Amino acid sequence: MKMHIPNSAWLNSIDTFLEGFDPKNPEELSITFHKKWLSLHPMVLSMIAALGLNLSPEKINCEELEAKSKHYLERMGLFDLLGVESGIKIKKREAAGRFVPLTQIKTPEELTKFITEVTPLFHLKPIHAEPLRYVISELVRNVLEHSKSPHGAIVSAQYYAKSNKIRIGITDTGVGMWETINQSHNPKDDLDAIRLALTPGITGTTAKEGGTEYNAGAGLFFIKSIASVNKDFLVIYSGRAMYKLLRRKAKRVTLKADPFDDRHSKRGDLPFWNGTAVGIDLSLDATQEFSFLLKLINETYKEAIRERKKAKYKKPQFT
Amino acid sequence: MTHIKLFEKVGEFAENKDIAADIRVKKLIPALEKGKRIVLDFENVEGATQSFIHALISDLIRKYGSEVLEKIEFKACNETIKGIITIVVDYMQESYDL
Repeated sequence: MKMHIPNSAWLNSIDTFLEGFDPKNPEELSITFHKKWLSLHPMVLSMIAALGLNLSPEKINCEELEAKSKHYLERMGLFDLLGVESGIKIKKREAAGRFVPLTQIKTPEELTKFITEVTPLFHLKPIHAEPLRYVISELVRNVLEHSKSPHGAIVSAQYYAKSNKIRIGITDTGVGMWETINQSHNPKDDLDAIRLALTPGITGTTAKEGGTEYNAGAGLFFIKSIASVNKDFLVIYSGRAMYKLLRRKAKRVTLKADPFDDRHSKRGDLPFWNGTAVGIDLSLDATQEFSFLLKLINETYKEAIRERKKAKYKKPQFT
Repeated sequence: MTHIKLFEKVGEFAENKDIAADIRVKKLIPALEKGKRIVLDFENVEGATQSFIHALISDLIRKYGSEVLEKIEFKACNETIKGIITIVVDYMQESYDL
């Protein structure tokens, strides 16, 4: 496998980075870097780390870093997690208020500990802490329950003062969304699987409305709703497909049950990612009250169920 | 009456579905089977995920119908938790026409 880390890879421009990923020869990983500058979304770091965790360190060929911002990768714990010597010496600063280094989460207990420890690090007001811990909790839970990855979830996050955003990346190298959704539905391809996974009330664990005692199929719809209401980016990459929720332009806040009805871009022709990678931005300036969001979610969710039920109604046969 | 203080089990953020399922199976269902009323006390719990609330109560609505809600008191919920409980209760009833 080959991964080239460009000078800049944010969610709005992540397509170029994803196009450059070469999944051939999965028994080894070669990582190369832009020579001058690295400015990366945590999703990119989580993806590199997740790939590296499948390999022993001697199978990872990491190019010597020349870029000025190479210390960032060291500080985010990339080389520690890969078991690769970077040769970079840094004075480690306390993470408080700035970033969450790459962290591997493999059990629900580790997730609870992570959420408890991470949220206070950002010194957030409750209005901001609520969506942060909600997003991390639900996304990591999805990995632990559905991905079947022995390596669990790889999480990283960073606060950016200039844009007043927290950017989060959560990645796994498990079975991917198509296989999960295909257990109970018939997605025609990876993109269709992502679409179904984002639709309220659709879960891979059952085809029945209301879900099972354990799964409702609502987690990703909640997360898309948080991003949509706050005018933030959300990217989901699984198999050959990528769905990107773009910033809402309309002033009136409405939620859509079908993610293809939101302002978005999509691809179905990318290099195959064995698993699922998610990136999300949380704007702290635009954060709406969570209780307001929940009212919107409730109405959209119920309407989606009604529509699905109506679609199954038997039709009278007129002759 | 079965009174369950959730903060003691989940802390300030209720997200662990395994704990929710454990409470449902070991406390809620046995209490309902004995005809007891239930108090789910969210005092000091600041937030909850939809997944947690679903794992806690959706199967009760599925098993016993929406009448079960007359036997459960959701105590000391803040606006967020009220909102999430309402979503789960509503979509379960919408799904099953209870």
